[in-house]
Amino acid sequence: MFDLEKDFLYDLSKEVKTGTTVMAVTFENGVIIAADSRTSSGSYAVNRVTDKLTPVQDQIYCLRSGSAADTQIISSYVSYYTNMFSIEEGSQPTVKKAAHMFREFLYQNKQYLHAAIICAGWDPIEGGSVYSLPLGGSIVKQPFATGGSGSTYLYGYCDMNFKENMTEEEAEKFVTYGITEAIARDGGSGGIVRKAIIDKNGVRRKTVYGNKLKKFWEK
Amino acid sequence: MSGIGTGYDLYPTTFSPDGRIFQVEYAHKAVENSSTAIGLCCKDGVVFGVEKIILSKMLVEGTNRRVFSVGEHIGIATAGLTADGKRIVQNARQEAKNYENFTSDIIPIHVLTERLSIYVQVFTLYNYIRPFGCSLMIGSYDEEKGPSLYCIEPDSVALGFYGCAIGKGKQEAKTEISKLKLSEMTCKDAVKEIAKILIKTVHDETKEKEMELEMSWVCKETKGKHKLVPKKLIEEAVEWVKGQENEED
Repeated sequence: MFDLEKDFLYDLSKEVKTGTTVMAVTFENGVIIAADSRTSSGSYAVNRVTDKLTPVQDQIYCLRSGSAADTQIISSYVSYYTNMFSIEEGSQPTVKKAAHMFREFLYQNKQYLHAAIICAGWDPIEGGSVYSLPLGGSIVKQPFATGGSGSTYLYGYCDMNFKENMTEEEAEKFVTYGITEAIARDGGSGGIVRKAIIDKNGVRRKTVYGNKLKKFWEK
Repeated sequence: MSGIGTGYDLYPTTFSPDGRIFQVEYAHKAVENSSTAIGLCCKDGVVFGVEKIILSKMLVEGTNRRVFSVGEHIGIATAGLTADGKRIVQNARQEAKNYENFTSDIIPIHVLTERLSIYVQVFTLYNYIRPFGCSLMIGSYDEEKGPSLYCIEPDSVALGFYGCAIGKGKQEAKTEISKLKLSEMTCKDAVKEIAKILIKTVHDETKEKEMELEMSWVCKETKGKHKLVPKKLIEEAVEWVKGQENEED
């Protein structure tokens, strides 16, 4: 029996989380980032078309997983500080700088936060870079990174299919299929696949709608 | 005693009728009482030299430092009240460390200069804290951007220089510096030239006691790290200067 209080209202009172799948991968010209579009509060999908690809600077994006509130506020702090620093220094901020700022916030406030971030982008010094900042506030630079509840279903897929210096097409396929698979298997992920390709020319955003998602093995 | 500023010179919070803040100008006078410091921006680095008057034979060599490191890559030379200079250097070190903690990059010299300038300016605003009685020269060397030299005065104005002198003999020193071809000079040559200016032009042997040369550099050779110039090089430079004197006689 459906109990209004127990089933529905209980869900609504749970914290809004981005039970999620996010991926970022470096390729020959830059990085490609991708995410699903489900924000859930318990089993209620608060937003089924969320945009988890958050700009920090023109060519630096972050992928947010964990508490929606925590990740939103931190990415706006980092956006503010990277702006101020770039004005002071007179040069474009590097992905390394933005990622380390994320680290500082995540680590110093670790007891209050439930946030994991992937910071990825392009800068003239390093080219495309991906930094993974998991729950405790550590920072790791990686050729590719996955995050969120759906990422557990992608470890095998990524290890087997990732190659260094892929072409844009290969890299796009890599992330699209990855998110698709995670959406199929993870209850916390769903909706559409949002992608962004970041290279020296800027950011190109793409979307793959639900009905266009490739179907892998299913009866 | 009445001077030019009488009546308008008690606090930095008072402008004179002709738009001057006398307390800040008096702070400049404190710098002019101190012994000279020179900074040269050469093609491969920045060299600092300070003429240190030896006040007593009981003082240990190398004591009473006038050049300091901020982080590993920036050097600061002071003239004026040394204690004031040290205070600003402490602040600079804090800024550099905070910047590095936050962004994981070493602080660029123009960012540090700007922040120190803002810091110094604060002390020209209130009547309960006095302006700093020191000038600073800030130098650094970067592989890509090359060498940079800035000078901050007690009024907080920070300017970029190719060659700069602060302290008692700054006028004579600046005249000599303007004769040098800095863009073609290496740091090793600059050590000699600075020694020459400090020993011959600026230091008056009849009026003052003996002097000690304190020199430091941050250049390609030190791989962008600010270090004291090796004692051997300074001694060679002093020998070279003496040789020059004999030639001219």
